Amino acid sequence: MKSAVIVFPGSNCDRDLAVALEQVSGSKTHMVWHRAGELPDGLDLIAVPGGFSYGDYLRCGAMAANSPIMRSIKEAADRGVSVLGVCNGFQILTEAGLLPGALIRNAELNFVCRDVPLRVENSQSTFTSHYASGEDVVFPVAHHDGNYTADEETLDRLEGEGRVAFRYCAKVNGSARDIAGIINDKGNVLGLMPHPERVVEPAHGRTDGRRLFEGLLNALG
Amino acid sequence: MKARVYVTLKNGVLDPQGKAIHHALQGLGFAGINDVRAGKLIELDLNDQVSDADIEAMCRKLLVNSVIENFRIEREVPA
Repeated sequence: MKSAVIVFPGSNCDRDLAVALEQVSGSKTHMVWHRAGELPDGLDLIAVPGGFSYGDYLRCGAMAANSPIMRSIKEAADRGVSVLGVCNGFQILTEAGLLPGALIRNAELNFVCRDVPLRVENSQSTFTSHYASGEDVVFPVAHHDGNYTADEETLDRLEGEGRVAFRYCAKVNGSARDIAGIINDKGNVLGLMPHPERVVEPAHGRTDGRRLFEGLLNALG
Repeated sequence: MKARVYVTLKNGVLDPQGKAIHHALQGLGFAGINDVRAGKLIELDLNDQVSDADIEAMCRKLLVNSVIENFRIEREVPA
């Protein structure tokens, strides 16, 4: 599995994501600065990390979604390359139009930083094949703007097509239908607010996130 | 020439910031407030060649997220 982590000014989970990918895959992850025009050849996975790209100016992810590397990421996604967006990465993918909906300020206005139980709603995707549908896992969240919103029609479509990958087991941030992570219509783009890369080894206290990366490795080789 | 872009949340989109301001105003004793919605004002200093269509393109491409926001453009009329 040849993977790249995109680095924006203000990204701060880029190294965590690279460590998780490298531990699971055993191969080097490419760190790609946002001003790079092109992605490395032959990528299987592009990971857009969490953080506060461009200081969350204007809207979370809005600046990063219009940065030079984004054009290459969109082209790669169109060709079927898998794209994973975590936290700010999820916000960037919605702003870039790779995923529907938007992430707005948490309903209670608080920055939420804690472990939360999630339900795996769809274990058929490239990203979730090493989980069981309906299984509960615990990932940490750390965000101020994780309140997923979309019109009812979009929400119904996401549910109907099995594109809700992860759902919060309890209220966390006000997200519509407690959505924590969604998949695009082609099935090759996942965005989620919780951080699987922060729970991949016993020293983290939990390893629930590891299977997401193992599933990717299994699917992408 | 200056233009102002007013960005507001669409009806029905939750505005926790507006709610917090509402509560704070009530806490200060101001009565009669039915609702508060908070938005953004973006001021652009432009040369005369920039058309209305250009400003609208800026809004659609970057300044506004049409999933959750509406916008209104106001150009400053030269005195």
